[in-house]
Amino acid sequence: MMTVAVTAISSPLLLHSQGPNRQLLQWKRNEKRRLPTKVAGSGVITAGFELKPPPYSLDALEPHMSRETLDYHWGKHYRTYIENLNKQIVGTDLDALSLEEVVLLSYNRGNMLPAFNNAAQAWNHEFFWESIQPGGGGKPTGELLRLIERDFGSFEEFLERFKSAAASNFGSGWTWLAYKANRLEVANAVNPLPKEEDKKLVIVKTPNAVNPLVWDYSPLLTIDTWEHAYYLDFENRRAEYINTFMEKLVSWETVNTRLEAAMVRATQREQEGTYTEEEANPDDEEPEVYLDSDIDVSEVD
Amino acid sequence: MTTVVFIIVLVIFAASLHDAGATTMDPCLESTKTASLPDLPYAYDALEPVISEEIMRLHHQKHHQTYVTQYNKALNSLRSAMADGDHSSVVKLQSLIKFNGGGHVNHAIFWKNLAPVHEGGGKPPHDPLSSAIDAHFGSFEGLIQKMNAEGAAVQGSGWVWLGLDRELKRLVVETTANQDPLVTKGTHLVPLIGIDVWEHAYYPQYKNARAEYLKNIWSVINWKYAADVFEKHSRDLDTN
Repeated sequence: MMTVAVTAISSPLLLHSQGPNRQLLQWKRNEKRRLPTKVAGSGVITAGFELKPPPYSLDALEPHMSRETLDYHWGKHYRTYIENLNKQIVGTDLDALSLEEVVLLSYNRGNMLPAFNNAAQAWNHEFFWESIQPGGGGKPTGELLRLIERDFGSFEEFLERFKSAAASNFGSGWTWLAYKANRLEVANAVNPLPKEEDKKLVIVKTPNAVNPLVWDYSPLLTIDTWEHAYYLDFENRRAEYINTFMEKLVSWETVNTRLEAAMVRATQREQEGTYTEEEANPDDEEPEVYLDSDIDVSEVD
Repeated sequence: MTTVVFIIVLVIFAASLHDAGATTMDPCLESTKTASLPDLPYAYDALEPVISEEIMRLHHQKHHQTYVTQYNKALNSLRSAMADGDHSSVVKLQSLIKFNGGGHVNHAIFWKNLAPVHEGGGKPPHDPLSSAIDAHFGSFEGLIQKMNAEGAAVQGSGWVWLGLDRELKRLVVETTANQDPLVTKGTHLVPLIGIDVWEHAYYPQYKNARAEYLKNIWSVINWKYAADVFEKHSRDLDTN
């Protein structure tokens, strides 16, 4: 079988005019895993997102999450998202980007492009496998525990709220613990008095494929509450699944690592001044104009 | 003396009238009927091998029952909130009522949309529904293809419907998210056939293969019910 290296044509103009280029991407590991694209027998070129295995074997979470569940959840659902995503983006502007970039671009401020569902679900599931581990559960420690106690009163109170959010997320979706750095409640609002306390831990419920990356939050932990995540092991008993998840599966170590990275990122961004409040008072400079290469300037009045 | 007694009696009578007025003041709240889980019109294994007994039991006894229980609970809370004039709570309860009430409404229709093969399940409809289908979708197969395509494309949880638009007098294929009833897509829409594409409707048997579930379910669809509803509303339309 012939392997041919194909460099996808990236579109810097497209990137500049979109939000994500201004946001430092969070998940370096999600940088495009770009292997030489293979030319299959039929001559069809396939894009290169590869399946990412969980950091444990598929039966390692027994008896709390069965091998059978992982076989279908990872082996079918997640695989389908990756495969369909690849088919959707090959040869388009979304090709040659990291998974996170595809998620942010295809979210398109809420008017989602067709690739969003597959891209976000691929991202969400990778994040989910890494949020749990064999022998998980227990309590967080250190800075994570301190912030949980600061923002929720106590670990027990956090647990109750998180479980209640996950149980009441009607239909398909995800429930997240996220780090919300210096953001006001309303999108696009500029914080007039930024304080350390504005950087908070929050619990967020999202429907279907949506995740808190699209609001520029830093996700720390997620639980998948689509029925396929728990039906084989728990049938309709979602509350039982959520309890098991928190008591036996959640990897507080991973959550802690993610929090540290999120806090570093938040501090870096403050120092570099890439928040909108900085942009609201630009220096006296010629605003840069980005032209869409397709537009013939002579057509513009 | 008798005047005093008469006045006292009058006062007591007036007081009792006032009380009577208070208790009958909110008849709508008093007589609100709660929902109850309807029986399946067939045995749990009657739709095998298209839909397994395991699914039918879980779907009816767990999922639908939970919608009924939670809906009644929400209605109860709504009743108290309305009686107290607690408008915040009245508003807050709306999403629970929509989720669970919608779940009850939709599933009550769904059980009637299905029938074992030996009771007519899968048998295509006769006129006038049959002609209406041909007129709007080209053919019976065309309708099925369209519904399967829409049903497979629903992201997350929801339903795919064949509905009758009473105002425009035509058939439509629609999808709704979560447990939204068809009427949320248009007040003039009447559900004829609804297919549940929540994962709980097929997962133990079909796993992630929703398309296969959709392909198979047509052999147990109860077109008699759809035709009856269609005819009833067509008659109503004619007499308007």
